[in-house]
Amino acid sequence: MTQELAIEAKALVKQFDGFRAVDGVDLAVPAGAIYGVLGPNGAGKTTTLRMLLGIIDPDSGERKVLGNRQPLRAANRIGYLPEERGLYPTMQAREAIAFMGALRGLKLGEARERADRLLAEHGLAEAARKPIRTLSKGMAQTVQILGTIVHQPRLIVLDEPFSGLDAINQERLEVMIRAQVDTGATVLFSTHVIAHAERLCERIAIIVGGRVRFEGSVAEARGRLQAQVTLVTRRTEGGWRAALPADARCENGAWIFPLPENGIEPLLARLIEGEAGIEALSIERPGLHDAFVEIVGEAAAQGIRKEPEPE
Amino acid sequence: MLANLRAALVIARRDYVATVWSRAFILFLLGPLIPILFGMTFGTVGSKMSAPSAPPTIVILASDSEAQALQGVRRRISTILGDEGVPRIEIRPGGNPAHILENDEAAAVVTGLPDRPVLRGVPEVVSRHAALIEWMLSDARRDRALDKAGIVTRPIALKQDFIAAPRHSEQNDRSTLARAGQLLLLFLTMILTGMLLSNMMEEKSSKVIEILAAAVPVDAIFMGKLIAMLGMSLTGIAIWASAAAAALLAFVPVSALEMIAPAVGWPMFIMLSTIYFMASYLLVGALYLGIGAQAGTVREVQTLSMPLTFGQLIVFGFAASAVDQTNGPASIAASLFPWSSPYAMIARAAQQPEIWPHLLAIAWQAATVAMIIRVGANLFRRSVLKSGGAGFWRKLIGRSSRAA
Repeated sequence: MTQELAIEAKALVKQFDGFRAVDGVDLAVPAGAIYGVLGPNGAGKTTTLRMLLGIIDPDSGERKVLGNRQPLRAANRIGYLPEERGLYPTMQAREAIAFMGALRGLKLGEARERADRLLAEHGLAEAARKPIRTLSKGMAQTVQILGTIVHQPRLIVLDEPFSGLDAINQERLEVMIRAQVDTGATVLFSTHVIAHAERLCERIAIIVGGRVRFEGSVAEARGRLQAQVTLVTRRTEGGWRAALPADARCENGAWIFPLPENGIEPLLARLIEGEAGIEALSIERPGLHDAFVEIVGEAAAQGIRKEPEPE
Repeated sequence: MLANLRAALVIARRDYVATVWSRAFILFLLGPLIPILFGMTFGTVGSKMSAPSAPPTIVILASDSEAQALQGVRRRISTILGDEGVPRIEIRPGGNPAHILENDEAAAVVTGLPDRPVLRGVPEVVSRHAALIEWMLSDARRDRALDKAGIVTRPIALKQDFIAAPRHSEQNDRSTLARAGQLLLLFLTMILTGMLLSNMMEEKSSKVIEILAAAVPVDAIFMGKLIAMLGMSLTGIAIWASAAAAALLAFVPVSALEMIAPAVGWPMFIMLSTIYFMASYLLVGALYLGIGAQAGTVREVQTLSMPLTFGQLIVFGFAASAVDQTNGPASIAASLFPWSSPYAMIARAAQQPEIWPHLLAIAWQAATVAMIIRVGANLFRRSVLKSGGAGFWRKLIGRSSRAA
């Protein structure tokens, strides 16, 4: 059975003054998933999201968002938090949320009711009638996030949602994202902080130099790298050393090498047989961070893309 | 289409409320007071500068009977010439002329009455006022003679009968009204387009524009902004008009207003002026908004808006130069050129009574407004979110940048 897709993008290209910001991006975001778009700064994440939302049109390629080739036609079912937060400083918090709801098709009265309810649920009832400029940065950001979900969208697109938030608010946002997915919404977010993606995402795309360098599950990304074995022995010499892989290296009295393809058990048997005197042995699975660094490094080694010609 | 209109109205409502409830709107309302205050201040200074110094005092040494006749003549002359043109006359029964002049009690002294009067004083006063003093003394002598002869003259009551102002005078009044209407139109359009640009810059700098663009088509944002400013300006105009009407009713007689009535009549003139203001604002505002969207900073906005401001002034000058030749080629050209058409037609409404040219002009302006809005919206759409890309104007001034 084919999985329903909330977003489908094929070969998206966007060029600014001879510079290919996005260079053939393919994405397939399953409905109901939390999907992460990862990449270093300037990788083309924001431009990709803007194209998916219909804020800008691609130079070439196709996109389908919630079944619409024209994303703005589905705008009332989409919530968007841009990277650079934007709120009118003189507007009251409830009015700001209601305004964003009204933009997405809610009637103003209903949008205000929902705004009051959301603010109360998030402990900001007292801030409801305060102008945005008087709120703390964290509170203002929460107001903006509430404005993103006030119309109960089926697709929520968050561009670097965790930037500028303290640890407590980051945690709250993670909870909020999971809660939205529990209601059946799809969440697509971009980040360059890998830990959030590792905790939240079922699938990720890593974009480097305007191209998708990896697309798959977090486990698949981590699986690209071999686990690392760290071995500490009492004896430094002996026949057991011949059992170590050829690429093993000694650092601060510990042997470090990739986990052999046939597993650790045959090696362990030979170490015991050779009386190496195993003091400590650990197998460390690589994290998403390591996979990300590896993928970005590979892209850099290949020469990411040509810089624009000076005009 | 309906969804776009709804979205435009949501944006317009937000912008309208935010603007009308701001300090900027109070300043906007007070805007017309600035030229009035300037006018009053410089008018007062000017009149003070041009006002003659206090009239000199001339002492007339005369007997009681002569003095009485002289006072009567003095009053008559003041009625005709006003006090400012006449020296202050002080009549004394006697005194030493040299002493009076030395002590600066008077600029001149008349002695030798009744038969050999002499006006003695500084040359400037003597030469300037000799004829007047002669006239006073002659009249006083005649009055005394009539008095002595027992002849009593009865004042003649003159009936006043007003006729309508001659045609050339009415034309002058209407020409003045036409120019005033054009000036007001220019003033309002310039203020509003400036406010429109500031509003958009605020939006770009607060990054709200991206949220709007993700939710509604850029055309709806563009229309919403135009509608909001138009609503705001019509609110301002309604407030100004009410204040002006109250002031006129309180201080200016209705007959005076009737005497300077525009050719199409006041109600039609006010209605046409409002329509032409809307057309002028939309024509210039759409262009400002479209070109202003190319700018990334306030400085760029200033750089880009300067040629547009000059353009507005040139267009205004073109229409103003055709005021006195309403059916001449210049006037027709000004009526046809989209940006000068509202100025030319407001002048025509003041000077010519026909309505049909206005119906044609309104239809033409509506078509050009629709076209210019389309062009402005396209420019706006292409540029407003290009925080990373360099548009035509930015290229022109040598900027470039990268995508996010």
